[in-house]
Amino acid sequence: MGTRHVWPREGVSRIPYWIYSDPEIYAREQERIFCGPSWNYVALEAELPRPGDFKRTFIGEKPVVVVRDEEDSINVVENRCAHRGVQFCQKHLGSVAEFMCPYHQWTYDLKGNLIGVPFRRGVKKQGGMPADFDLKNHGLRRLGVARRHGVIFASFASDLEPLEEYFGPSMLALFDRVFDGRELRVLGYSRQLTPANWKLMFENIKDPYHASLLHVFLVSFGLFRADQPSKVQMDATGRHGALISWRGDQKKTEDHADMKSLIDNFKLQDSTLLEPVREFPEYTVVMTTLWPNLIIQQQSNTLAMRQLVTRGPAAFELAWTYFGYADDDEDMTRRRLRQANLMGPAGFVSIDDSEVMKFSQSGVGPYPERAGVMEMGGRDWKDEQHMVTESVIRAFYAYYRRVMEL
Amino acid sequence: MSAAKRYLTLNSRDLRLELEELYAAYTACLDEERFEEWPEFFVEHCLYKIVPRENFERGLPLATWLCESKGYLADRVTAIRKTAVYAPRYVRRMVSGVRVLGWNDGMLEVRANYVALETLQDELTRVFNTGQYRDKLVVEDGRLKFKEKLCIFDSLLVPNSLIYPL
Repeated sequence: MGTRHVWPREGVSRIPYWIYSDPEIYAREQERIFCGPSWNYVALEAELPRPGDFKRTFIGEKPVVVVRDEEDSINVVENRCAHRGVQFCQKHLGSVAEFMCPYHQWTYDLKGNLIGVPFRRGVKKQGGMPADFDLKNHGLRRLGVARRHGVIFASFASDLEPLEEYFGPSMLALFDRVFDGRELRVLGYSRQLTPANWKLMFENIKDPYHASLLHVFLVSFGLFRADQPSKVQMDATGRHGALISWRGDQKKTEDHADMKSLIDNFKLQDSTLLEPVREFPEYTVVMTTLWPNLIIQQQSNTLAMRQLVTRGPAAFELAWTYFGYADDDEDMTRRRLRQANLMGPAGFVSIDDSEVMKFSQSGVGPYPERAGVMEMGGRDWKDEQHMVTESVIRAFYAYYRRVMEL
Repeated sequence: MSAAKRYLTLNSRDLRLELEELYAAYTACLDEERFEEWPEFFVEHCLYKIVPRENFERGLPLATWLCESKGYLADRVTAIRKTAVYAPRYVRRMVSGVRVLGWNDGMLEVRANYVALETLQDELTRVFNTGQYRDKLVVEDGRLKFKEKLCIFDSLLVPNSLIYPL
């Protein structure tokens, strides 16, 4: 890294803007973060219930395929033919007996082993592979796989700690709160391309400070307020974090004079959108960010995985997989689908976020030499019992700096 | 003759003209951002959904945008006007290939292609969303209104945010 990549001396209370646009930084992130020692979310088991079912997805920007084999193992392989690099799988989801690259029909089993090469012995004794060409040496590259309660993670690194240790006890408890071993049911997908650096998405979900200010909708309907009982939690490394809030008794207070956006007497004409039922113990909303590519959303009864796929320094795809449980009754499914209106590319709430992330990128991109201020709630990072803090973002960058050696 | 009956007895050419008028009025209302008038194209108990084609084809129930009543539509308008934060934009909708499938259970089933073009400041106009309308219309107050309007979109990767109706 050149001299222009010097982190401000204030530490993580300053975020230099070059991290959002510099191609060298982006390349290093791909290598050290997404292809490094990290468990990346790739799929829900409910998306591939039967042997042969596959899902095409990405880790960072690298295409991979997740597939269930005949022994019920889940394999994750690079979506790149071992021959000439063709991205052989082109469908989001499907079912196959084997994978065949269309270019020269090299064929792989569901574990990624190469099982067929046309004209391997030549045609009419002409051509063919060298006699010592061994299929065993030319399979698809396999990634490490970890599964827990129906959720699949993969890693390019080979000697990674188990998933449970990787999460740490506090994040594992929050994970198990939603993924308690019950069978999941996929409700549908949503995909959006946001013209912003991927880290801005994580910052957004690690920042409870903005929610009661930017999201007029949430505030107006009493879904979220700065004086609501809440807390932020992190793992020991700072890489994972969670914003947690629950319902309490709030009155209109003087603190709310700060929220210019508060609209009084604002009522929905159709209130069915906002009729959640208590489903999980204690907390109403838990937004968990798991390094390096996953946000788990539990906003009342709407549950979703938001998977981050990087598309260069200045864009990311957010792939949403909404789900419920196989034993949900019709009312619960309807509730989840209605509350899904809050989130996604057309979400009453998340529209604000995707728009603001774009505004961020168009501010930080042209000013790489400047830095942002991150001092709400202090300059260090620790768990807090309130939401007036940027602690979780500082924690993320403390870990980021270590991994990136910045 | 009642209005409903009048529609039922229209020959196909006249019905097509009626539909052309309707879709022109609908898109003009949205293109000109007269969003407050938008719910008036629907009956009280209506269904309006914008659905990624992949969900529709797999039978997955999730919609990107779901309104289950006229009140719901009005709530979306309130959000557009009062709560949502977004960059200024123009959206222009083109409807073509309007096809009448026929009357079923007192509802006129219509399919059409649509394209929505989006223009943001500092950016060239782009195809923002394209897909198929799958509509069910009924006669109310002497005119055709949407009982159900599904926008099944091909453009799965939504360019950032979907703010205005389609």
